Amino acid sequence: MPATSSDGAAPQTPKPAPTPDPGRLPLPLVEEGRHAARICNACRYCEGLCPVFPAIERRLDFGERDLRYLANLCHDCGECLDVCQYAPPHAFGVDLPRTLAALRRASYRTYAWPAAPGGLFERSGLSLLLGAAAAPLLFALALGLAAGGDVFLAPHGDEQGAFYQVMPHTAMVGLFGALAAFAAAALLVGLRRCWRDFGRGAGTGPDSAPLRQAVRDIVTLRHLADGDPDGGAFRRWWHHCTFYGFLLCFASTSVAAFYHNVMGWPAPYPLSSVPVLLGSIGGAGLLVGPAGLLWMKLRRPPERQDRAQLGMDLVLLVLLFETSLTGLLLLAARETAAMGVLLGVHLGAVAGLFLLLPYGKFVHGLYRACALVRCALEARS
Amino acid sequence: MDPGRTYDVLVAGGGNAALCAALTARSAGASVLLLESAPRHFRGGNSRHTRNLRCMHDGPAHPLTGSYRAAEYWQDLLDVTGGQTNETLARLVIAGTAGCREWMTAHGVRFQPSLGGALHLSHTNAFFLGGGKALINAYYRAAARLGVEVEYDAEVRDLDIEDGRFRSASVARDGRVEAVRARAFVAASGGFQANLDWLRAAWGAAADNFLIRGTPYDTGRVLRALMDRGARTTGDPTQCHAVAIDGRAPRFDGGIVTRVDCIPLGIVVNARAERFHDEGEDLWPKRYAIWGRLVARQPGQTAFVIFDARARGLFIPPMLPPVEAPSVRALAGELGLAPDALERTVAAYNDAVRPGAFDHTALDTCSTAGLTPPKSHWARRLDHPPFCAYPLRPGITFTYLGVAVDEQARIIWRDGRPADNLFAAGEIMAGNILGQGYLAGLGMSIGTVFGRRAGEEAARRARN
Repeated sequence: MPATSSDGAAPQTPKPAPTPDPGRLPLPLVEEGRHAARICNACRYCEGLCPVFPAIERRLDFGERDLRYLANLCHDCGECLDVCQYAPPHAFGVDLPRTLAALRRASYRTYAWPAAPGGLFERSGLSLLLGAAAAPLLFALALGLAAGGDVFLAPHGDEQGAFYQVMPHTAMVGLFGALAAFAAAALLVGLRRCWRDFGRGAGTGPDSAPLRQAVRDIVTLRHLADGDPDGGAFRRWWHHCTFYGFLLCFASTSVAAFYHNVMGWPAPYPLSSVPVLLGSIGGAGLLVGPAGLLWMKLRRPPERQDRAQLGMDLVLLVLLFETSLTGLLLLAARETAAMGVLLGVHLGAVAGLFLLLPYGKFVHGLYRACALVRCALEARS
Repeated sequence: MDPGRTYDVLVAGGGNAALCAALTARSAGASVLLLESAPRHFRGGNSRHTRNLRCMHDGPAHPLTGSYRAAEYWQDLLDVTGGQTNETLARLVIAGTAGCREWMTAHGVRFQPSLGGALHLSHTNAFFLGGGKALINAYYRAAARLGVEVEYDAEVRDLDIEDGRFRSASVARDGRVEAVRARAFVAASGGFQANLDWLRAAWGAAADNFLIRGTPYDTGRVLRALMDRGARTTGDPTQCHAVAIDGRAPRFDGGIVTRVDCIPLGIVVNARAERFHDEGEDLWPKRYAIWGRLVARQPGQTAFVIFDARARGLFIPPMLPPVEAPSVRALAGELGLAPDALERTVAAYNDAVRPGAFDHTALDTCSTAGLTPPKSHWARRLDHPPFCAYPLRPGITFTYLGVAVDEQARIIWRDGRPADNLFAAGEIMAGNILGQGYLAGLGMSIGTVFGRRAGEEAARRARN
């Protein structure tokens, strides 16, 4: 939407600049992004708010790759909208957070590998049905049928190896190893595509300062520190709960695998053991964090968010919450007759989570980290 | 807004000066009603488009570098106004800016270092983090916290003044006009630049080709009412802050993104494809504010800045890309200029360019010889296609005609007596200090210092 022409001898609206890079973003969205970025580049009042604006200022024009990079650099705190003199209902209609959110959503699809399940990014209803409902139920059912009712529904002691009476260790390791390998491969391919897409030839030298800065920004979520008029500080802490909760659960699983395979100590482990402690703390984070984020998203005024993304957010948050909840229930009830069912449901939830990781909101963490590193390198050169 | 009530202080306006007055009066214990004629989304008048204020300081103080002492500030002001300034009031503003930042910070304003492209202002101007709308938002939040009553879409239409004393204001809101009484009145409602009839009366038909850079709500209604009720005026109705902006900008509210900063890098021609002023006279920050008036004097109030591929990347690009063509002739066609005439002008300029060392950040040695008007700096041949152009129009920021005030911000009547309970702050009285010319960030300095002063004096007047 260019400026309306004043009356009189003003010349014609200039032709849109050609787009040299082959992208897959829908054109009206690209035009909206370019319109907003050009206005931001001419205005510059927001320069001190976050790295998106200095990154805009380092460019003269905005192709699809530039827009995808800026979109993934944005933390969607909303402060620039709050202070924008051109925000709707101004005729220029600049709503950078929403425009970048839509571009970001489109970029996830662009980077997805394999391409076919990339459609799940837009089909959050289906994702939710598959990941949060079908996977746990079917997994529990399959496990019950395979193990037989006697084993599946019997109370188990807290003795080591109880879980493997329900599902043999080799089957568990084989299945989840394969799922994890698939998820990791798909995520890595996406990350590689994203990294190459963002690249603008910013040279990497021996100077590690920008990299250290980027890592600090990633682990502290510096750009969510303030700003968001809808409670950015809370969002940051809920995000921390989710992010570190996830990492602790991952660490818990890794330690458990080490115990089993190297030390020869099969699960379950005592309550005071490292895997259980890490998993319990991480699990608590994965209950509190996603719940808080979800609550905030539902509470955020509709004009301050990209509604089309809500489904994608919901899928990841529900899956994380469900995985954590079933895991903690399993911990609490592992000596009762419910253990078999809970184990099945929990493993199903984990399987659903793994399968959907590359095709949902989880990827934002990787792409944002990638954008922050690029940004730090670019700012140096 | 309660028409049955008598407020201590009624503030007309909703921008920086109005908020500074309202916050100060409220902090002094007065009951305050602030009437903003714009809807909530467009609140803040021209302050929405500002980004800094000019502050004196004796040493480095965040976000300012170096020092900017009162004497230097005063000399700068003297230079741009050509002496058309009230020295007492000007010195009061300059001294007042030393303490502004602390007060502003206490009311929620945050600062940032000079923006990219404005580093020459780093020792004189304190930039607001997020710009003027961020400042305005902070002040409205502070107003809500302190208990200032705020009405949007509420326009002061007329003033009831008896024996030189303010009694009430006629306020239009929700399709009705009601009288609101107060013990003191602060006029902080801006200039009249959005009132096209008034501009036409001052400038003639040329005004029809002016673009208004800021708020469409500054119609000068309160200024007119004060003039009709006997306030002494200061300044000339044709004096204003005007810059050359992109001719494709909207009629109102285009703000900073329509600014065209590449004039020193090219040549400027009028509708006859003729040059009319030295584009390289001085560093751009010292010259940008004269080009609005220069373009206003050209036929059709239009001009075109023409540059070539070498200038790209050396200036902050406006929001719309330039008009581009592979040759000067084709560019003339795109711009609706006579192709032969433009080719002649460019050829004459190119022939006059003398060799020199180009440096767009300093007064360099690239100039023309034997050309009228000359180009004194940054003169390079225009011969690297594509050739580019921005159409230019005069963009009015704000008008200087205002009401005369004294050191207590009291409005002065035509007979020279200061008003008892009427005060003014901001653009409506900036003409006392700015008879002509402009210094970046001075408008916000005047608004902040006089806004606080008007609020303080109005509260004192109302409370005893």
